[in-house]
Formats: sequence, C-alpha cells, structure tokens
Amino acid sequence: MMTTNEKLYLLWRKTKNNAMILFSLACILLALVPLVLIFSYTLIQGISALNLDFFIQMPKPVGETGGGMANAIVGTGILIGLGALFGLPVGIMAGIYLAEYGDNPFAGTVRFLADVLSGIPSIVVGVVAYVIVVLPMKHFSALAGGVALAILMIPTVTRTTEEMIRLVPHSFREAGLAIGIPRWKTTLRIILPTAMKGITTGILLAIARAAGETAPLLFTALGNRFWSTAIDQPIASLTVFIYDYSKAPFEDWIRQSWGAAFVLIALIFILSVIFRIVTRSRYAEH
Amino acid sequence: MTQESSAFPIDASTAGGGGIPPAAAVSSRLARKTRWNVGDFVFKHLTMLFALGVLSLVFLMGYEMYKGSELTMTKFGWNFLATSIWDPVQDEYGAFPLIFGTLLSSFIALLISLPLGLGVAIFLSELAPRWLERPFSFLVELLAAIPSIVYGLWGIFVLVPWLRLSVQPWLSSNFGYLPFFRGPAYGFGMLAAGLILSVMVLPIIASISRDVLQAIPSLQREAALGLGATRWESTRVILSSAKSGILGATLLGLGRAVGETMAVTMVIGNRSEISASLFSPAYSMASVIANEFAEASSSMYTSALIEIAFVLFVMTIVLNALARLIVWSVTRRFRT
Repeated sequence: MMTTNEKLYLLWRKTKNNAMILFSLACILLALVPLVLIFSYTLIQGISALNLDFFIQMPKPVGETGGGMANAIVGTGILIGLGALFGLPVGIMAGIYLAEYGDNPFAGTVRFLADVLSGIPSIVVGVVAYVIVVLPMKHFSALAGGVALAILMIPTVTRTTEEMIRLVPHSFREAGLAIGIPRWKTTLRIILPTAMKGITTGILLAIARAAGETAPLLFTALGNRFWSTAIDQPIASLTVFIYDYSKAPFEDWIRQSWGAAFVLIALIFILSVIFRIVTRSRYAEH
Repeated sequence: MTQESSAFPIDASTAGGGGIPPAAAVSSRLARKTRWNVGDFVFKHLTMLFALGVLSLVFLMGYEMYKGSELTMTKFGWNFLATSIWDPVQDEYGAFPLIFGTLLSSFIALLISLPLGLGVAIFLSELAPRWLERPFSFLVELLAAIPSIVYGLWGIFVLVPWLRLSVQPWLSSNFGYLPFFRGPAYGFGMLAAGLILSVMVLPIIASISRDVLQAIPSLQREAALGLGATRWESTRVILSSAKSGILGATLLGLGRAVGETMAVTMVIGNRSEISASLFSPAYSMASVIANEFAEASSSMYTSALIEIAFVLFVMTIVLNALARLIVWSVTRRFRT
C-alpha cells in the first residue's frame, strides 16, 4: 500500500507532467502566432493591392498613383535565371559527387563547408559579388546580382541533390552495374532520373528563396525604375522595390509593396508544399 | 535489399562501423570489380571538380573581402573594432556601436526564442502524437521560409506601431525604473529588432533541436518510462543527453540572427549609438552595409564597409562551423 506521502508525491509528479505538456503546447501555439499574423496581414493587404496593372504596367513617376511592377517581375526573373545558370551546374554536380563518391575526407570537408556556406549572411555574399563583379566592371549590373544569387543557391542545391540521390534504393545502382552498364551511365540514366522529381522541386524551392532575397541585390543589381533586360546594366527586382517603396511616404507605393510581398510569399508557400509532398511520397515508397 | 540509405539520408556514408556497410562503400567496391572505364574516370573527376569549386568558394570569399578591406585594416588596425566614431565625411570609421548593436539584438532574440524553440522541439519530438507532429513541423519550417523583406515590411507597418502605441508606454510606466525601458517611444529601435529577430531565429532553433532529440534512441525513453517515469521525466532524461546538440542549435540560431539584414535594417532605427535603453534607435553591422554600401563615395568608406562584411563573415563561419560540428557529433554518436 502507498502511504499518503507517496500518493501526494505521485500526484505532484503527474501534475508537473501535465503542466509541462501544456507549457510546450503553449510554446508551439505562441510560436505560430507571428506566422498567422504575417500570413493573414500580407494576404489581406496583398490581395487588395493586386490587379492586372501590377503585372503589366511600369512604375509611374514619383507622385502619380497607379502603375505596376512589370519591369521588376521581369527583372527578378532574369536575376534568378542568371543565378540558376551559374549556380545549378555547380550545385548539382557537386551533389552528385557527394552522393556517388562521397566516402572520403575530401567529400566530408565539402559537405561541411557547404553547410557552413549556407549560414553565411546574404549581405556578405552581396559584398563579395560587388568585389568580384561590380568593381572590375565599374558599374552595377544584373550579372553581379546573378552571381550573388548563384552563390546563395549553391549550398542548398548541393545538399538537396545529394540527399535526393541517396534516397534512391541501392538495388537500382546494383542492377545497373550487374548488367554491365558503366558506373557513370548508371548514375546518369538510372539514378538521376529516379531522383529527378525530388531534385527538381528542391531546386525550385532554392530558386524561390533566392527570388525572396533583397540584401545581396542592393548594391549588385541595384534596381531600376525603367525597363531594362540588359545583363550588364542595373536591373529592377521585386524585393528591392518592396524595400524602396516601404520607405516612401506614398500610400500607393506601400500598397504596391504589399502586393509584391504577397506574390513572393505565395510563390514560396506553394513550392514548399509541393516539395513537402514530393519528398514525403519518396519516403513512403521505400 | 537494404534500406539503409533511405533511413539516414545525410550520414549514410559516414555511419560506418558494424552492420551493413554504407551505400557508397558497397558501390565503390563493386565498381572496382568492373572494368576500368574512361567514362567513369572522366565523370568522377568532373563532378569532383565542381565539389572542389564549392570548397574553394568559401576561401575565395574570405580572400576577396580580406583584400578589399586592406585600406582600413592598415589605417585603423584593431582599433576599427573598438572605437565608436562612424563619420564618413571625416573618413573616420569605428565599428564598435555596430558590433554592439548586432550582438545585443541577437542576444534579445535568443533570450526569447531559445526557451520557446526548445518548448516547440520538445512538443514535436517527445509529446505530440505523430499526426500532429508533421503539420506542426511544416508550419514551423514555413516560418523560416518567409523572406526577410516581408518580415521587415510587417515590422514597419504592424510591429513598430504596436510597440510605439501599446507595449513601450506600458513597459515604461510599469518598469520605467529599469534603464532598459526609458526614453521616448519611437517604436523603431533595439526592441523591435530583437523581437523580429526572435521570430526569425525560432524555427531554426526549434527544428534543429527537434532533429537532435529525435536522434536519441527511443531505448532511453522506453527505459525511463519502464521505470515508471512520467512523460516529462523521461523528456528530462532525453534533454540531458541532448544538451550539446541544443547548444549547437542555439549557435546556428545565433549565426542567423547576427547576419540577418533586411528585417533588422527596416526596424532598428539606423543610428550608430550605444544606449542602455532598448527603446532607442541603434544600428547593426548588416544594416550599415545594406544602407550605406551603394552610396559609399570614397575608397576608404567602401573598404570600411567591406571590413565589416569580413568581420561578419568570420563571425558566422566560426559560429556555423562550431554548431555543425557539435550537431554532427551528437547525431552521429546515436546513429551508429
């Protein structure tokens, strides 16, 4: 039989247990409050700010209302295009190396540095792009912005590619080798196509995140109020427009920056969900 | 066939030890038995070249910034980090208030997000049923995916007015005797920066701590529960094994907070001053670069800003390297 003291102690332990469960539940609910607030606020402000003009019109001169961000939408597209052009080959190839031949100290070091690289602030990457591209060219350019975004994409793409390839069952590789296909062909024709869905969505997510970057573009691509698609000239981007407009004293500019914020969030949200679904079904298969 | 490679996608190659050999080891052994092939040689070394590219990128970045900041390094030396005058007109540069602003805002962020993030991690890993864990994990990770500029926009138009009109007046009338809560309520300032950073850092601390907790074998949980421990008591056992991993998660969060730019720039007030009051405007290393780099007129000015970027680079490299090593060693210890 339990004594009264023991019963009390058990009661105390159970109470403490329930209290901690409630506390941790409170933590996660509290943590999600900003998410809900930011999403709902951007949704409300953003949807009412979006109209056809936003997508097809150029910015109006200071003081006039209306207009849109057509040049910034195209500019962001060009910037992430350039970033992908420089960054993806490096990231994908390095990822293949890490997954297929990554069983040595050198690969360990690369893996480690890729992780460290992903923690380097994007503003620092912007400064580097400034030093290696803007200084020699002597003016701001889309190219410099593309280089900055490429550096930001590389670590994510590398690690995603590696992880997605590792999810391919080992029997696939062995089957290829067993029928006498060379290793490299096995990788390119069997392993990569199998991992392609995961790699593609992972890459799209990395690109979407690059599209949301502002800091590395401030003094590389700079921004441009006019139509420009030249890669050796300053170019407009959605994020830099949000930044510039948010500081402006005009209602209409602030409205438009919410519109742009909504477009960015929607893009990233949709790609995150797709990535989640794709990687989840991969886990479920094996 | 083995399912080893899908169970631990990250560390399969390093997991070694007993049991089934990791994927890469098996296949390289197989490859050795097949004929030597030109294509294999070329392909392997081509991919290796790109991997080398990733590696050299880190060193290239460091070297370029070191070279770019030569001017201020030779002129000011270590004083650059210790003096407080930031005057581009006189070409006088001291980064101390900026470093102070960066560290204080990050400290405030950790003060809030560490306990909260840990609570979230414990809930996700130890207490939540599985059907609840997945969607909640996704939501927490979504928090990390919101672009910094959107946080900043929200900070300017929602957080700052709220601080100015409700929080700061309340704090100064109730806790005004503390030096932290004195002075006029602008809204913009250290407090706003710390708060917005805490929201941005939380998902990192939460998701990495969760990974660390989940890496600890459930044998430990079962043993504790089998002895009659309550859920929380078994969690405490797990927590004590995960201590160093949680430290790693905290360092990663700190690394993110230190380098965060846009959101901080938009709400911190951008004034290069040191003040005990959290209400007063301040500045951070990342914000000074964001604000002034495009307009830096003299080469000395540019060099000073590049040196700040270099300091930031070194700080985040050290923090991240340390954190990754700690997290790796913890998760690997329990995986083998």
